[in-house]
Amino acid sequence: MARTALRGRLTWQVATVASVTRETASVVTIELDPPHWPGHRAGQHLDVRLTAEDGYTAEREYSIASAPGEPVAITVERLEDGEVSPYLTGELRAGDELEMRGPVGGYFVWEPGDGGPLLLLAGGSGIVPLRSIMRHRRRTGSDAPAYLLYSSRSWEDVIYRDELGQYHDGVQVSYTLTRGHPAGWAGHTGRIDQALLTQVAWPAEANPLAYICGPTSFVETAAAGLVGLGYQPERVKTERFGGTGGH
Amino acid sequence: MDAVDGNAIGGLLIDVFGTDMTAASSTCATCGASRPVAELVVYRQAPGTVVRCRTCGSVLMVFVRAHGAIGTDLTGLASLSQPGSA
Repeated sequence: MARTALRGRLTWQVATVASVTRETASVVTIELDPPHWPGHRAGQHLDVRLTAEDGYTAEREYSIASAPGEPVAITVERLEDGEVSPYLTGELRAGDELEMRGPVGGYFVWEPGDGGPLLLLAGGSGIVPLRSIMRHRRRTGSDAPAYLLYSSRSWEDVIYRDELGQYHDGVQVSYTLTRGHPAGWAGHTGRIDQALLTQVAWPAEANPLAYICGPTSFVETAAAGLVGLGYQPERVKTERFGGTGGH
Repeated sequence: MDAVDGNAIGGLLIDVFGTDMTAASSTCATCGASRPVAELVVYRQAPGTVVRCRTCGSVLMVFVRAHGAIGTDLTGLASLSQPGSA
């Protein structure tokens, strides 16, 4: 397996924006066409750098939303006090240029050989690297059973809603909505807790492989909960993007 | 400043070490806790990055960018080892 380790140092490059697709009121997916892309693994991210006219630079890392083999894309949520995301979500257009480097990360990644069953826990935009994993699973014909629990503020804030609704063949998707829900909502409500984890998680005896991505508080609650259910800590992979985020 | 985790500094670590380090195993020199670098607590406040132990909170690594170079302090680590390396 080719690891980032074998590819040497990361070099900044200027990618062309191939498309910008609105996902929700505050979230867009940006497909990029970089001149040199060595391919990525499901779960990795890339770094984006914006440079102001006075030379000030701001760097952010964004999870790659597409599966290995698909055009590289990131999904970005607008943070109202952000330095970078308001530009990416509000002003960037197809044909623009964007400075980036990657792929980055060798820990929060999944390969079909890693198997499952997979438990994927997403808080807010933490769904992004998990979507790459789910697409990779499907594209490679993996038969690892997968369960996705996606915690979101509201139904309107659910990213990739249509796509996630089309999964079957060994994939289950459920949602918990934390700040209100549509009339007749049959899914879960409220923040993730031990009771909900106990209800949805594969039994520890199945030796599940868990990926948890979201705001720090979400990840801490979920990871501690799974270990409490008997999951092996080394099979509970986590990625925290800080903040309180929307989840 | 909110904490993130070691996944977020994968690019910085490649700048310093020349290879992905998020899957490397770290051992805290203070409490002896071992975990992947990806699981460490990271505070970023430009121009510095402080990496702390998730068990005892000790400072494990500090990186400071200035004048095109990265100053690195690893004195809080007892060890740092790549998976699969001999």
